[in-house]
Amino acid sequence: MTVTIAVVVFPGTNCELDVVHALDALGADAELTWHGDTDLSGAAGVVLPGGFAHGDYLRVGAIARISPVMAEVERLAAEGRPVLGICNGFQVLCEAGLLPGALVANRDLRFICRPIHVRVESTASILTRAATVGDVLRLPLNSYEGNYTASGATLDDLAAGDRVLLRYCDPAGASTDDANVNGSTDAIAGVASAPGNVAGLMPHPERASEEILGSTDGVVLLESFIASLAVALAAP
Amino acid sequence: MTEPLHRRLGMTDDENAAVIDLLGREPRLAELAMYSVMWSEHCSYKSSRAWLGRFPTDAPWVVVGPGENAGVVDLGDGWLAALRIESHNHPSFVEPYQGAATGVGGILRDIFTMGARPVAVWDPLRFGPLDDPRNRYLLDGVVRGIAGYGNAVGVPTLGGEIELDGCYAANPLVNVMALGLLRREQLVLSAASGAGNIAVLLGASTGRDGIGGASILASAGFDQASGEKRPSVQIGDPFEEKKLIEACLELYQRGLVVGIQDLGAAGISCATSECAANGVMGMDVDLDAVHLREEGMTAAEILMSESQERMLAIVRPGDMDEVAALAGKWEIAASAIGVVTEGGTLRVTHHGELVAEVPASSLSEGAPRYRRPRRRPSTLDAVWADQPALPGSIDVGSVLLRLLAHPTIGDRSPIYQQYDHQLFLNTVIEPGHDGSLLRIKGTTKGLAVSTDGDGMRGALDPARGAARIVWEAALNVAVTGARPFALVDNLNFGNPENPEVMWQFVETVEGISEACEALGIPVVGGNVSFYNETDGVDIHPTPVVGMLGFADPMPVRPPRLDRAEPGMEVWVVGHNDPTDFAGSALARIVLDHHGGRPAAVDPVMGAAVVSMATDLAGWCPVLHDVSTGGLAVALAEIAVMSGVGMTVEAADWRELFTESPHRLVVVAPAGADLGDGAPPRRIGTMGGEAIDFGDHGSVGLAEATAVWREALARYLG
Repeated sequence: MTVTIAVVVFPGTNCELDVVHALDALGADAELTWHGDTDLSGAAGVVLPGGFAHGDYLRVGAIARISPVMAEVERLAAEGRPVLGICNGFQVLCEAGLLPGALVANRDLRFICRPIHVRVESTASILTRAATVGDVLRLPLNSYEGNYTASGATLDDLAAGDRVLLRYCDPAGASTDDANVNGSTDAIAGVASAPGNVAGLMPHPERASEEILGSTDGVVLLESFIASLAVALAAP
Repeated sequence: MTEPLHRRLGMTDDENAAVIDLLGREPRLAELAMYSVMWSEHCSYKSSRAWLGRFPTDAPWVVVGPGENAGVVDLGDGWLAALRIESHNHPSFVEPYQGAATGVGGILRDIFTMGARPVAVWDPLRFGPLDDPRNRYLLDGVVRGIAGYGNAVGVPTLGGEIELDGCYAANPLVNVMALGLLRREQLVLSAASGAGNIAVLLGASTGRDGIGGASILASAGFDQASGEKRPSVQIGDPFEEKKLIEACLELYQRGLVVGIQDLGAAGISCATSECAANGVMGMDVDLDAVHLREEGMTAAEILMSESQERMLAIVRPGDMDEVAALAGKWEIAASAIGVVTEGGTLRVTHHGELVAEVPASSLSEGAPRYRRPRRRPSTLDAVWADQPALPGSIDVGSVLLRLLAHPTIGDRSPIYQQYDHQLFLNTVIEPGHDGSLLRIKGTTKGLAVSTDGDGMRGALDPARGAARIVWEAALNVAVTGARPFALVDNLNFGNPENPEVMWQFVETVEGISEACEALGIPVVGGNVSFYNETDGVDIHPTPVVGMLGFADPMPVRPPRLDRAEPGMEVWVVGHNDPTDFAGSALARIVLDHHGGRPAAVDPVMGAAVVSMATDLAGWCPVLHDVSTGGLAVALAEIAVMSGVGMTVEAADWRELFTESPHRLVVVAPAGADLGDGAPPRRIGTMGGEAIDFGDHGSVGLAEATAVWREALARYLG
């Protein structure tokens, strides 16, 4: 059985075809959805891919948050359907209030495009359910505003709810200052909503989905998302 | 007394007289403005065109050769590749971030004008030495501009190169190459056809930015007052360009475009006259219909503006509604500014008044062609006689460390890690290797690209220097498993009115042409950037080539520099001429010597090594071209990137640092048979914690790695 994943395209989004390519290769059925669409009722889940939605003007995600499609994304999220934000999509979900915290400029004030390592911290989400806590994944990072920040109270909530999904680490899985390349608070690379059906991460799992691209470590995350669609559909 | 207007617009008295002669009357103000930009060196190639016919441009796989917005070659199975190289040298010196950013934007438009989706960009850069903070500022600004625009517009930057020399301190070179992919049926050309068809201006509004960029900035030298030219630098908006790319690709897909031209240098003047002339038609243009950024612009300003992110599409009247709707979807403006007419006349009105009425082809093709005087530099014989004096022996270890610590030899990741180099999931070999390699999804084909230039050897012997970079680029794509397929060149030179510069130019064209003929590849496009001089001092003659390689099929596991393992054997292929030090890294960086004559290329040996590299790439884990810094640096790069030491034997230390062309390092499993295409010689074994040259010296792997990593990073803190 295939289920339709809506991959949202804002003006300025640029990773949409990559996400479709990677999801389709894993047997899913992903389709592009224009940001002006106001009916996602046919979608089992949603991905907000990377890029520069609305040019990232004003502030990353600030304009995308009020794009027409976002009301539908919020509705699906409230229904418990899987919603995933990758890179710019993660920034949009934070700006829309579907995920806590915010992404600000990297510690060194430079764009970073390079492979990094993350450690799986929680499997209680649509992004990590097929992974194992402690797994170390090698994934490409590609962002200027990748530095996760949140208030102390939010961080406490995240910890209490087991909602920090991924943390930057070195290849052996150890947390070091150098490995936390963008200076994220508590080295957080990905988080989930309280029910776990909305998730966001800064690295790009779709860029680590084939051997010829240098890593297949992103597959477990994409497979988690695809598996979650079936579970969400099966729920009453 | 004020200068006459034509001179202030950058035209000579003779050129002004030619316009009067052509029109049979004094030109109107707007007409003079149009001629001044269209007849500028930058737009008209008036000093170079007489020589560019020398390039070999034919091959069975050439679909579009030089002259269009980009060259196009056939990859089989309905796939075409479009490629183009450009320069944005002067704008980048005046304002590095915007200069470099708009360079990226401009070349992308050249690619999607052809109907292709731009899939990758490369940026060959040249600056003065980095111990001067001014040069660091320029490098940093240019890299940020490329990243800021390229990343946001959504086209990956897959590499480039960096060269540092005092001659670029006051005239940096910012070149940019782009590659696009398209299906054969999507190919679009720039000819306006069909009287009554409508010329639609798409994209950004037209403002006063970039007025006269082509004529005032790009076609004259620099002096102390160059800061005053800042208003001639355009400002880029990558978001507008991203929308423009997607809108245009959708217009093509729906068959709504008859012809299209991007607006770059000379803006509306260029796009309207070229579209009309290419279709052997005329055009009536109404400047009141142009969507403007600011009020009160004159006709001349609107015609000359180089505001970015604009395209001129020719569409059928019946399709206008659909075009407007599609533009609305992508949130870009679309204004019908003109109508295609019979008769070849470009007629422009503003506020109801006729402001220009000229033959369209006189703008795009009527510029004077100069056969400027040439003179072989009188100092050349003395330069050639001044070969580097080599010491009898050296400590190879310490010399190698010094070279690895140089910012043009050490790790360049502090630059390319600021560029998105993975978007589109095509990148098989990323920046940091000899050539980058992209796959074409859904096929077994791959495309490799390498950009190469060498100003130092160009200064010592322009013909030999030019031939060497073509051969180097050929080997750089061959090590990925590709065969050299097509070339674009960007010819960066000084003032063409200096006869010695013209001599260098013609020698360079000859060197590139001979090398391409020997390789059997066509030149499918290029750009000439003259007037790279400041205060009367010309830069080194600096051709930069972009080589496209075609791998069909692409190796399943192409070689990489980081795949050497302990126990593997190290080979060198090609002829080690132990005397080729003129222009070498050892001479320049260690001996501070800048004379001598570099060795000539050897087309027979070159072809054998290139062909062998393409074959070996099918199964060897590591292949590496030997270039800057010679064999010692090539070997050290493999050791450092693989994290494995090596032991190497050399009869003479000179073999380790000579930079004779056509050499290849191969690392292969022990006992492998490399064949005998170009005689391979086994020189060592991988393993241990040092790069060990026996009696000649040794370097600890950890120390070499640390020095290599910091080489450029320390300047970009």
